[in-house]
Amino acid sequence: MAAWVDAILVFAVLTNLAVLGSSRLGLCIRMVAAQGIMIGLLPVVGHWHAVDARAVGLATASVLLKGFLVPWLLHWALVEANVRREVEPYIGYPMSVLIGVASLCLCLWLSARMPLPVAAGEAGTGASALAAPVAFFSILCGLLMIVSRRKALTQVLGYLVMENGIFTFGVALALEEPFLVEFGVLLDVVGAVFVMGVAVFHISREIHSIDTDQLSMLREERR
Amino acid sequence: MLLTLILLPAVAGAAAFIIPRDRARRALLIAAALAHLGLTVAAGIWPPAPVSGWLALDGLGYLFLCITSGLFLCAAVYAAGYLSREEPHPRQDFFEGGQWFHNAPEAVFTGNLLLFLSCMTLVMLAHHFGLLWVAVETTTLATAPLIYFHRHHRSLEATWKYLVVCSVGIALALLGTYILAAAAARASADGVRVPVTLEALVENAKRLDPAWTRAAFLFLLVGYGTKMGLAPIHTWLPDAHSEAPSVVSALLSGALLNGAFVGILRAAQVCSAAGQGEMCHDLLLAFGLVSLGMAAVFVVGQTDFKRLLAYSSVEHMGILALGVGIGGTAAAQGVVLHGLNHSVAKGLLFMVAGNILGVYRTKNVGEVRGVLSRLPISGALWVLGILAITGTPPFGAFMSELAILKAALDAGRWGVALGYLAALAVIFVAMISTAAKMAQGSATGADPAGAAAEPAGAPPANLGPHAAARGSPATSRGQHGPGAAARVREPLSAYLPAAALAALALLLGLWLPAPVKSALDGAAVALGGIK
Repeated sequence: MAAWVDAILVFAVLTNLAVLGSSRLGLCIRMVAAQGIMIGLLPVVGHWHAVDARAVGLATASVLLKGFLVPWLLHWALVEANVRREVEPYIGYPMSVLIGVASLCLCLWLSARMPLPVAAGEAGTGASALAAPVAFFSILCGLLMIVSRRKALTQVLGYLVMENGIFTFGVALALEEPFLVEFGVLLDVVGAVFVMGVAVFHISREIHSIDTDQLSMLREERR
Repeated sequence: MLLTLILLPAVAGAAAFIIPRDRARRALLIAAALAHLGLTVAAGIWPPAPVSGWLALDGLGYLFLCITSGLFLCAAVYAAGYLSREEPHPRQDFFEGGQWFHNAPEAVFTGNLLLFLSCMTLVMLAHHFGLLWVAVETTTLATAPLIYFHRHHRSLEATWKYLVVCSVGIALALLGTYILAAAAARASADGVRVPVTLEALVENAKRLDPAWTRAAFLFLLVGYGTKMGLAPIHTWLPDAHSEAPSVVSALLSGALLNGAFVGILRAAQVCSAAGQGEMCHDLLLAFGLVSLGMAAVFVVGQTDFKRLLAYSSVEHMGILALGVGIGGTAAAQGVVLHGLNHSVAKGLLFMVAGNILGVYRTKNVGEVRGVLSRLPISGALWVLGILAITGTPPFGAFMSELAILKAALDAGRWGVALGYLAALAVIFVAMISTAAKMAQGSATGADPAGAAAEPAGAPPANLGPHAAARGSPATSRGQHGPGAAARVREPLSAYLPAAALAALALLLGLWLPAPVKSALDGAAVALGGIK
C-alpha cells in the first residue's frame, strides 16, 4: 500500500498549493476538507495489512470531523458573516504559490539531510520517505496562510492545514500513540476550530467585517 | 483520587452551565473550589496511586497544583462578589467613545472557570506527553470565552489574538510531542517499546535518538513558551491580560502561565536525562534574558496599569526560565519559590487592579490618583502587592530573586547575573514610581495632575460596575468639588481574597511553614535533576 500512502501525500501537497493559489473562500474550505478526508484515511491505508480497531476508529473520527463537521461549521460562519467571499491576501496568489514551492524544496532538502529515526520505507511500518517533508511543508503552508491572509476565516483554515501536517507526521511515521490521546488531540483541534468559528461570527457582528486589519486597537501607547 | 481531582471541577462546571439561578451557581463555584483545595491538600498527605503511568502526582506537579488550587479559591470568592455586582444589562463602554456592550451569560463564565480548573489539574497531573498537550490546549479553549466576557471590540480582538497565537504555538508543541515519540521509536531497534510517558522516557533516555530529542525540545519550548509568555513570543499576553475581567487576568497570570511552564519542565526533564541538558539550559537562559529585557522596555513608561502587570508577568516568566537555565539545586530552590511568590503576588495585584478599575473606570495610570485615600483597603493592598512583586524585602520574591542571583554568581555566569540585575533594577524603579503615583496624590486636589483628572472621574463612580460606589451615593455626590473624590466603601469579597494573598506573600518572605517547605523541596528535587 506504499503507493497509496504516497498518492495521499502528493494529494496533500497539491491541495496545499491550490489553497495558496485560489481566491475563493468557499473553494478553500472545500479543498481543506478534501485534504482532511484524505489525510484522515492514512491510519487505515498506511497499515493495510494490520488494520486494527484503533486505526479504523481514528480514521472514521477524523474523516467525519475534519471532512464534514469542520467545513460545515466554517461554511456556517461564512454565510453568517455575510462578507465578500474572497481571500484578500497581503501576498499575491502567484507569489504565495512560489513561496509554497520554494518551501517544498526546502523541506525535501532538509529531510534528506536529517534521517528519520524510524527506518522509512521499511516493509510493514507504512512509513513513507515522503511523509516528513510533506508534513513540514503542510505546516509551513499553514503558517504562511495565517500570516499572509487578511480574513479571520483564512487564518482558521491555515491552522487546519498546519494541524493536518502534524497529523501526517504522527500517522505516516507509524508512531504508536494511544487511541485516547489521538482522539483527544482530534477533539481539541475541532474544539479550537469551533471556538475560532464562533469568534469569527462575533467579529463579523461586532465590526461588520472579518478582516483582521480591523482588529488593531490594542497596541502599546508610548507616553 | 487523581481522577476525582480532575473530574470534580469538570462536573461542577458542566452543572454550572445548566443551573439557572445565579446565587446557586456562585455558591457552587466556591464550594467546588473549596472541595478541590481540600482534595489537593489530602493528596499531599496521603500520596495517591498513579493511574497507568499517565497520571501521577510528583513533587513538581504537586507544588503547582497547590498554587493553582489555592489561587482558584481566592479567585472564586472574588468572582462570586464580582459577578453579583456586574450590571446584567447592556451598558456603555467607558473607553472608545462609549459604545454599548453587554456581558456574556454568567453561566458560561462560571462554567468555563470551573472547566479551566479541571484542565489545569490535568496539566499538573499528566505524565503522558500527548495527554499533557491535550490538557494545555483545552485550557486555551476554556479561557477564550472568559477573556471575551465583556463583549466589546477590544476584548474580542484580545480573544482572537489569544486564540490564534496560542493555538498555533501549541500546535508546534504537538509537533514536538510527535518528534519526541519519533525519537523514542529508535528504541524499538533494541526491541524496547517506549511509550511517551515521563517515567518511561527518562528511564530509557539513553536509547533516544539525540538529534530528534533536541528537535523535540526546541519545538516543545517554542510551543509551550508561547503560552507561558516568554518573549519574543509573548504577543498575546499583554492584550489578553489587559482586556479580560481582572479575576480572569489573575488566573491567567497566576495559574495558566505556570501550566505551560510545567510543560517545558517536563520536556527539559527528558532532555537532560538523554544527555542534552546543556542545550536546554542555554535555550532557557536565552529566552529568560530576552523576556527580562523585553519586559523592562515595555514596563518603563507604561500608561495602562493592567498592561504594566501583564509585562511584569513576562518578566517573572523570564526569571523562572532563567533560573532553570542556570541549573543546579540552589537555582532550582529559587525557581520553585519564585513560581509560588509570583502567583501569589500577581493574583493579588490583578484583583486589586480590578477594584481600582471598577471605581476609577480607566486603565490609564495618568488618570488614577489618590487610590490610598479613595479606596483605603485596596490602595494599601496595591502598595503591598507592588512591593511584593518587585522583590522588595521582606516579601517572598526578594528571597527567591536573591537565591537565583546567588546561583548565577556561584555558577560563574557573571554576564547573566549582570543582565538579570539590570533588568530587575529598571523594572523595580518603573513599577514603584508608577504605582506610587497612582496610590498617592490625593482626592483633595493637592496633586495638580490628579485634580485635573478627577472631576471627570467622580460622577461616573456612582454608576460604576461596582455597586460599592453606589453604596454611598450621598457622600460621593455631596463632595465632588474640584478633585474631591469620596472614599468608597469596599465590599468584603473584593478585598478579602486579595488580603489573604497579601498575608501569604509576606509570610513566604519571613517564614516558610513546614508543609509549604516540603512541597517546595519536593518540586526542587525534580527540578534540580535537570542537568
